Amino acid sequence: MTITPDLTTRAAAPGRAADARWHDVCALADLMPERGVAALVDGVQVAIFLTHEGGLHALANLDPFSGAQVISRGILGTRGGAPTVASPMFKQVFDLRTGACLDDPRVALPVFAVRRAPGDRVEVAVSDEHRR
Amino acid sequence: MNVGGDATKSVVVVGHGPTGHRLVEALRDGEGAGAWRVTVIGEEDRTAYDRVALTSYLTEDADLAYPAHDDGVEMVTGDAAVAVDREARVVRTASGREVGYDALVLATGSAPFVPPVPGKDLPGVFVYRTIDDLDALRAHCADLTSSRPGTGGVVVGGGLLGLEAARALQGLGVETHVVEVAPWLMPRQLDEGGGAMLRRHIEALDMHVHAGTPMAGLEAGEDGAVARVALSDGSAIEAGVVVFSAGVRPRDELARGCGLPVGERGGIVVDEHCRTADPAIYAVGECALVGGQVYGLVAPCFSMAEVVAGQLLAQAAGTDSPARFEGADLSTKLKLMGVDVASFGDPFAGPEQGALDVTYTDPLAGVYKRLIVSDDARTLIGGVLVGDAAAYPTLRAYIGAELPGSPEQVLFGGTEAAGGDLPGSTVICSCNNVSAETIRCAIRDDGLTDMGEVKSCTRAGSTCGSCVPLVKKLLDAELTAAGIEVSKALCEHFEHSRAELFDIVRVRGITTFTQLIAEHGQGRGCDICKPVVASILASLGNGHILEGEQAALQDTNDHFLANLQKNGTYSVVPRIPGGEITPDKLIVIGEVARDFGLYTKITGGQRIDLFGARVEQLPRIWKRLVDAGFESGHAYGKSLRTVKSCVGSTWCRFGVQDSVAMAILLELRYRGLRAPHKLKSAVSGCARECAEAQSKDFGVIATEQGWNLYIAGNGGMRPRHADLFASDLDDATLVRYIDRFLMFYIRTADRLQRTASWLEALEGGLDYLREVIVEDSLGICAELDAAMDRHVGAYSDEWRDTLEDPAKLGRFVSFVNAPDTPDPSIVFASERDQIKPVLVAGSRLEVAVR
Repeated sequence: MTITPDLTTRAAAPGRAADARWHDVCALADLMPERGVAALVDGVQVAIFLTHEGGLHALANLDPFSGAQVISRGILGTRGGAPTVASPMFKQVFDLRTGACLDDPRVALPVFAVRRAPGDRVEVAVSDEHRR
Repeated sequence: MNVGGDATKSVVVVGHGPTGHRLVEALRDGEGAGAWRVTVIGEEDRTAYDRVALTSYLTEDADLAYPAHDDGVEMVTGDAAVAVDREARVVRTASGREVGYDALVLATGSAPFVPPVPGKDLPGVFVYRTIDDLDALRAHCADLTSSRPGTGGVVVGGGLLGLEAARALQGLGVETHVVEVAPWLMPRQLDEGGGAMLRRHIEALDMHVHAGTPMAGLEAGEDGAVARVALSDGSAIEAGVVVFSAGVRPRDELARGCGLPVGERGGIVVDEHCRTADPAIYAVGECALVGGQVYGLVAPCFSMAEVVAGQLLAQAAGTDSPARFEGADLSTKLKLMGVDVASFGDPFAGPEQGALDVTYTDPLAGVYKRLIVSDDARTLIGGVLVGDAAAYPTLRAYIGAELPGSPEQVLFGGTEAAGGDLPGSTVICSCNNVSAETIRCAIRDDGLTDMGEVKSCTRAGSTCGSCVPLVKKLLDAELTAAGIEVSKALCEHFEHSRAELFDIVRVRGITTFTQLIAEHGQGRGCDICKPVVASILASLGNGHILEGEQAALQDTNDHFLANLQKNGTYSVVPRIPGGEITPDKLIVIGEVARDFGLYTKITGGQRIDLFGARVEQLPRIWKRLVDAGFESGHAYGKSLRTVKSCVGSTWCRFGVQDSVAMAILLELRYRGLRAPHKLKSAVSGCARECAEAQSKDFGVIATEQGWNLYIAGNGGMRPRHADLFASDLDDATLVRYIDRFLMFYIRTADRLQRTASWLEALEGGLDYLREVIVEDSLGICAELDAAMDRHVGAYSDEWRDTLEDPAKLGRFVSFVNAPDTPDPSIVFASERDQIKPVLVAGSRLEVAVR
């Protein structure tokens, strides 16, 4: 059986939704380069990553293949030029920038806006759509 | 598979040697196997065993038994068939049993030929054919060496079987003489030059060779047992034991008894379908005379078995089988007492057949090579190799075909066959009669990509293994042709194999992934190369696996020092060395599981697994466990898991050594050792093998004298019986051999390659590995030993260290902004009084096969 839930295929437009609001999540120092953390933002689980080059990315923490909230625990890397995270459960690889699954074109993870805020804080924006 | 519930016809197989066994296997594996009810009648008390490897029963205590047939096959053992009533279609046995048949297959094999010389029936005279023969020989030699130390022994027959017997006799502590009627050894396979070179090798092993001197008779001593062998030249050899191994004669008496035609010199006459004059009766193997010839090698015997199985299956389906036996390649390669000997094609063709020969002799190295070629020196007719038979698989494949270069080039190194160029009809694996075309088709049609798959699908390379390099070349050529890159590159970030990366890291002293990928790779890695590099760094001793940059390389299991389960929770396995645990510690595990609400299950490795722990619970769980004296069990790592043990000599009335103490010693020595894949081990306290050590990466079985070491066994998806590596070792030697085995494996294996497939892929196999580990042929044993000593010295419990380090501990949180809030998606239901995970996040996507 192959099911493609709507939720997972639609990438959010980061930060542009009118209802999006920035949430302070943690200090930049709480992030280990090339590793992720999970954050609970308004009831939504977000996986936040810091790349080797210092780039910040935020994706849904829910792994659509296993149904478990584990994306934040994946290994970071690159495929071609794309920065990636591999799900720790069944190892599908996702593009950190777009959430697109590079091993299965039917699937993409929701992407959240994430930014470095004054005081070396990390902030994430979650819209109503994600909260529903 | 249908096991005969609605079988309508019955087939009786008389004789359960390798050929009979293969016949039944082929019959049971085939399409329509259910149509035949199969009964096997064997005169030996035991079922079929590997007669080709008979000598290893004495020299290595090897278990030669073939796998049992499925339950649908009725086995009658220890009861010889004595008569066949062809009219009534009934077989009668010595015990009076009567078994009716619709088809009868005679697979009665052959009996040793004992020449009619005086004294041939004296006590102390043996033949060399069955395990019973070997047991009797061993018992006699044990008596002889204790009561009359220094007494010699004689093997009559300097052919293939005779030299095998000589090796066994020498192994039993008897000074050994080989008497051969012909002027040189192995006269059926070797020419005079090859025979002479072989003789030099054999004599260098302190054996005496008497060639060209027929035996006159055997003489008894005062006790009535054999004491002397008289030769026709008037000389005599003092001998307290004599083994006849001078050829075999077909066991055709059943056929004679029921009036079936037999050959002048024995052998049941059959046609190319292996059918006798009675269409309901077949004969296969060494008892059959096909095309005027009796075959004694295992490969043609197996072919006959397959032919008859094909006939029977076709009959049941109401069709005709095209299967026929078309003669066989009598090429042979074997290792006799460490000497490679090979003979292929027609090694005796001379100028009268339009053949030339090219001969090379190196008396210093003990190498003799002779190629017989057509008179234009382009087509290979046959040849002989002694002392160095590396070129055998390639040369054999070129028999009757045009050589890839001049005979000199072929003899000296230029023998690398481009596997892709071999004609399709070339038989690559002669043991199992597999052609190049069969292998290519299997690779193409079934999408095979590694040697293990090719072996199990086609059987090529699965018997003697000599063709494995050639099969590998075919595989590589086929994959290349299919556009599948035969690359040893680990992933897109490194063009190196794991073994190469290991050497780079080791030799250059690299300690970080960043340095390694900057200097030897590209990009920023992935979930394939990062854990590999993490494992290499850990194997080479770079401190805690969560220290600094290393933490980012770890798979989630290593990152949280626990095993990820399907709902995002983890399981926890404390180490219980050797499976031995005090009641108090057992109670602690129970209390921890109860207090944290964990599901508990006993593992196959004699430990206890606690499931359902959330990330933020792990430190508190481990605090309790560490305080009670537990340490990490490394169930999450590609590292030593467990050393299972039976209860051993302390309690067991059969045990001969303390297996528990040894298991604990080994588990504590190798705990935490990072390897290309997980490592499992077990120690059994006696030959009953209750710990199942022969299914482990390294297994130890107690003997009266010490320990037998088995290596490269595997359970799981592709089970593999471990190989006996060394026998009767003392504790220190056992540990050293395991040290070196593990370190050599860690250095050279591919990513996620268990020891079983590593050994199968290792060029030179078990013999090579023994040379490396026991004889230090690569001169690296000191390094391997030092590396293991470093590992043992530097070991520290990963969980205790983590609990003591706030920085590492800080990562064990559910949410970075709500560290104590449990993941709300983790929900449990109850089943059989314990928790079970419930996934609430919605439907799971089908996982694409990758």
